[in-house]
Amino acid sequence: MSRTSYRHADRAAGRLEGALTRIARTGGKLIDPAVLFGIAVLVAFFLGLEWLIATDRVSRAVVALPSDAIAGMFSPDFRGDLIGACLLTFRLIAVAMILEVLVAIPVGYLLYRKPVLGTAYEGWLAALFAAPLFLLYPLFMVIIGRNNYTLIFMGFIAGIIPIIIHARLAFMTVPQTLINVGKSFNLPEATIFRKIILPSGAPTIFSGIRLGLIYTLINIIAIEFLVDSGGLGRMISDRYFRFDIVGTYSAIAAVALVSITLNLIISRLEKMVR
Amino acid sequence: MAALSPLRLTPVRKVKIATIVVLLACWQLVSMSGLLFEGVMPPPLAVLGALVRELGERSLYRDLGITMFEAGIGFLIGSLIGISVGIWLGGSGFMRRAFEPYVHALASMPKIIFLPILFLVFGLGIESKIAKAAMSTFFPVGLSTMAGFMQIDSVLINVGRSFHLRRAQMVRMIYLPAILRPLMVGLQLGVGMSIIGVLTAEIAYASVGIGARLIRYSDNFNIASTYAVMIIIFAGTASVNYLFIRAQRPFLRYDRARTDAAGALAQPAP
Repeated sequence: MSRTSYRHADRAAGRLEGALTRIARTGGKLIDPAVLFGIAVLVAFFLGLEWLIATDRVSRAVVALPSDAIAGMFSPDFRGDLIGACLLTFRLIAVAMILEVLVAIPVGYLLYRKPVLGTAYEGWLAALFAAPLFLLYPLFMVIIGRNNYTLIFMGFIAGIIPIIIHARLAFMTVPQTLINVGKSFNLPEATIFRKIILPSGAPTIFSGIRLGLIYTLINIIAIEFLVDSGGLGRMISDRYFRFDIVGTYSAIAAVALVSITLNLIISRLEKMVR
Repeated sequence: MAALSPLRLTPVRKVKIATIVVLLACWQLVSMSGLLFEGVMPPPLAVLGALVRELGERSLYRDLGITMFEAGIGFLIGSLIGISVGIWLGGSGFMRRAFEPYVHALASMPKIIFLPILFLVFGLGIESKIAKAAMSTFFPVGLSTMAGFMQIDSVLINVGRSFHLRRAQMVRMIYLPAILRPLMVGLQLGVGMSIIGVLTAEIAYASVGIGARLIRYSDNFNIASTYAVMIIIFAGTASVNYLFIRAQRPFLRYDRARTDAAGALAQPAP
């Protein structure tokens, strides 16, 4: 691109930003024009898709009308299903997360206190973190059974690894001065851990918990989808296998919204802890 | 410092060996104990036998080849789109503020929920698996490229502009060398994600491929072979990851040499 075309592109972007700023200011409160632009593009995309499907340029057997999918999300049956599925999946995630935190923090502390163990296992933990652990689900379906315990277990093994890695890292980065202060007060080891090491490492541990939660959520929903059992994942697979195209799209949109909301909540919580 | 002999038993190696021995012993004990239904947890030797049998099957290599082909093509498509979108969003603050929240929101979702859409749009053949691999690759590569782009020193960009470089020249001479490290991290994540993406799609619906093979054995209650295929998948994923790390080395050496040369130029003349 030549210098002149750079200037033209810059001017066009400036004009667009100026126009959007004027629109954004009309409400009295300044909204970022870029955000407005993003929303406008998203709305235009869905309107374009609606037009393509309504005029039969795209088959309704492949893509549902966005308006139908959105309307489907507000039908009483769907809402009932969604609430039930959310409650079930969140319950499974909550149980898996409690177990993960209860096991991972002591394991992380052990790996920090015993450097030989920490060095021996850190490579294995990193490899496990990158491994497709969800593939183990057929085995645990056979060992534990086709029930919620398998879903919890699969969420647990996926989520515990990042928490252990972060917990060990958090304990390793606690300033030695703080620990020495605790020792100079003759505090017992348990008190030093509770009052000094744990609070000091909390932000890093929380990053691990956040990653663990994301991995747990992804694994549980993936296995619910694959085995057509449980909550949110089953909602999609159930409608897809019934060839309910509109219902499938509504379910995908609903599950997407639920996971976005959950992620936003986790990000906020992480900021609060930091 | 002298290199450690591979046979020397350091405390760390002792811990690793002891852990493997204890795990194998526990596995053997549980499989013999009768605590689980017969055949649910075959002893390690039975799994080893199944693994040897699997490795002697020609169809295994056909399935592996199909999975690797789907993951490879998906990885290429996803990486190209990811790098382009990453550069586009990273290069414009306005576009980044407009679209970054959507990219982040989509990235944090379980991609498997989009599988029905991919099956409806691309069919049940290898196209949908390639699309799933591309989708799984796109997010780590795109986000890493964007993050790397945002860290580029503005002086470098201004130097490129002052030389009237064209857009393609800017990408080749300024942007890509400057974002090499984060891009490599993104690509490495993308490789793993593309394989996982293909495997999930094959498990959900496929008649060929290593994921389909795994679920076929599991459905037929052929547990020893299920374990064997899992071992092959984990070993295959680890090998691809290792090869990718090895393949990165020349690029990273080039990056280090470039940084060192720039550092030497920045030294004041004596």
